[in-house]
Amino acid sequence: MTGEERVTATGKRIGRVAREYATQQAREAANGKPEAPAAPRSPVPAGARSAALPPRGTPIIEVEDIGKSYGRVIALREVTTSVKAGEVTCVLGDNGAGKSTFIKILAGAHQHTEGRFVVDGEERHLSNPRDALALGIATVYQDLAVVPLMPVWRNFFLGSEPVKGIWPARRMDIEFMKQTTRKELLAMGIDLRDVDQPIGTLSGGERQCVAIARAVYFGARVLILDEPTAALGVKQSGVVLRYIAKARERGLGVVFITHNPHHAYPVGDRFMLLRRGRSMGDFPKSGLSLADLTSMMAGGAELESLAHELERSMGASSDVVEELMADVEGEKR
Amino acid sequence: MTATAVADERLARVSPVNRALKRPEVGALIAALAIFVFFAVTTDTFATPAGASTWLQTSSTIGIMAVAVALLMIGGEFDLSAGVMTGFTGLVVGVLTTQYGLNIWVAVLVSLALALCVGFVNGLLVIKTGLPSFIVTLGTFFVLQGIDVAGTKTLIGQVAIQGMKKVPYYDQPHAIFGSTISIGDLALRVSVLWWIAVAAVATWILLRTRVGNWIFAVGGAAHSSRQVGVPVGNTKIGLFMATAGCGWLVGMLLLFNTSTVQAGTGVSQEFIYIICAVVGGCLMTGGYGSAIGAAFGALIYGMANQGIVYAGWDSNWLKAFLGAMLLIAVLLNEWVRKRAEETR
Ligand SMILES: Nc1ncnc2c1ncn2[C@@H]1O[C@H](COP(=O)(O)OP(=O)(O)O)[C@@H](O)[C@H]1O
Ligand SMILES: [Mg+2]
Repeated sequence: MTGEERVTATGKRIGRVAREYATQQAREAANGKPEAPAAPRSPVPAGARSAALPPRGTPIIEVEDIGKSYGRVIALREVTTSVKAGEVTCVLGDNGAGKSTFIKILAGAHQHTEGRFVVDGEERHLSNPRDALALGIATVYQDLAVVPLMPVWRNFFLGSEPVKGIWPARRMDIEFMKQTTRKELLAMGIDLRDVDQPIGTLSGGERQCVAIARAVYFGARVLILDEPTAALGVKQSGVVLRYIAKARERGLGVVFITHNPHHAYPVGDRFMLLRRGRSMGDFPKSGLSLADLTSMMAGGAELESLAHELERSMGASSDVVEELMADVEGEKR
Repeated sequence: MTATAVADERLARVSPVNRALKRPEVGALIAALAIFVFFAVTTDTFATPAGASTWLQTSSTIGIMAVAVALLMIGGEFDLSAGVMTGFTGLVVGVLTTQYGLNIWVAVLVSLALALCVGFVNGLLVIKTGLPSFIVTLGTFFVLQGIDVAGTKTLIGQVAIQGMKKVPYYDQPHAIFGSTISIGDLALRVSVLWWIAVAAVATWILLRTRVGNWIFAVGGAAHSSRQVGVPVGNTKIGLFMATAGCGWLVGMLLLFNTSTVQAGTGVSQEFIYIICAVVGGCLMTGGYGSAIGAAFGALIYGMANQGIVYAGWDSNWLKAFLGAMLLIAVLLNEWVRKRAEETR
């Protein structure tokens, strides 16, 4: 079973848990004490998430020497890092480096087999995504879980639609849904012309942002983004990166998975490099330049030889080669 | 009702007319108006009260099914057993009352229960096996067709129900399903009111309720819907049951309107429903469409069906006309979908 299938299997429950979680948070905020989650009947209040956010800089997730093997395959070992409120932790690595395995542990889709996984100072073994969501850890996978032909506002609340009125006149609170969608997107810097347009007509970056905004609205404290910029062009990536910065400003902890150091560096506070399942270190931004990051990812010598090889085949004027050469130069400096 | 509250100033230039033109049912509405005008001008009887009551009646029973099939199609599925269901439910009532002397209301309810069971089985098979509903319901279609003919022959020795009118309390269900209401010169069959009611309720569900949201979602992207907590299986099973329920309603309307039903009733109508739904703006691929549009689609069918008779043409022209409508509608819908989905 692939991770995606696993997520699908538990997806039904995830939505429900997200809904329950948001309602519970709202209740706690109102009463000042926790209450057993109940099936929500009323619209989820807009302030749902703010109650749960710890002060900036507080570690929400800490992992120590965490590891995971699939039978005899050791996919991940000795990984140590932390996710703090109001900070972006970037997880970098090439294909097969173990990035997906790492986030699946955080998301509760897989269990770690070694090390310590601490949430809010308490050691945890998450057995499914539902557990992760209950702790406010939400994952936005690459397929985004949106329905292209449906309007943005219907997508935003899909599976957790607020209703009003008594049956048989019970109906969706459409005005609230449209206003909230607009407001939430605006708060994250996306100014949509019309929340009534099909979400398929949005650009890839905007769609990604709607999916993230939805996770934030439904109670996420930690956002895990699996390669959100992988399929996007330069400009669209910029939109998503700005959005990640915005989420950080709001005090969320973000785990940003990417293989592109140029995307990671501007928004990241902390960088964790994975290579063949091992952590190559966990660095705060202060101790690292973009050139360091790039060369560490590719391995300095490999990068230089690649640059020369490409120069021969593509010509020195190619953008790719120029970028690579700049990286190599930066590393030598 | 809320568009103004959240509208952006950049949208001010889009006129309400332009907005309305983007609705999926607009094409069917315009076509219906055109066909009405055409036959009203070219024939004498078409636009008279007597003429109108005839094509409204035809439209009504087709329309109820078309609306149900449209919802199902928006939910991403087909039901080929929908046509034969209208005969099956009527036959059940006919056989149970005329042959076995069962109370007519009990028979009507037994028939409803059987219809819902078939709908449930259709849905369950589609969900559990993951097979295309086209195949699964083709199976139920043939099973029901066989039962209709062979079962009726075996039980009552003929292929049509007779003596319905002599069944005790026949008047009561007849008042609900088979009566005629006079509005001036217009003798309106009660089935027309049922048609309007079904179209209105379906539109309300589709556009205003969370179930409606789920119907669009499961048809548009089942995998994504599941990820965000939409009960995909239940929504689809519910749609199959609703379609079967409408099949029962139409079965009752046909039975109490004519006080008889043939073993072959409803066979081959299933494609008419699908055509009406597509002409009404539903995408064959699911996730997009309109209930009221399917009602317009049925109106087009009813008017063309009767108009061709009034015009004195060969009634087989209807088939050619339907086929052409279907092709035009499919092309139009496909164009709409591309526009809606294209990434800017
Ligand atoms: N379910 C699994 N069973 C066995 N091996 C796996 C499984 N999932 C991943 N792996 C292996 O673990 C390693 C890391 O994979 P992954 O975390 O998907 O890398 P990334 O996301 O960085 O590309 C790969 O070598 C992969 O083949
Ligand atoms: Mg991966």
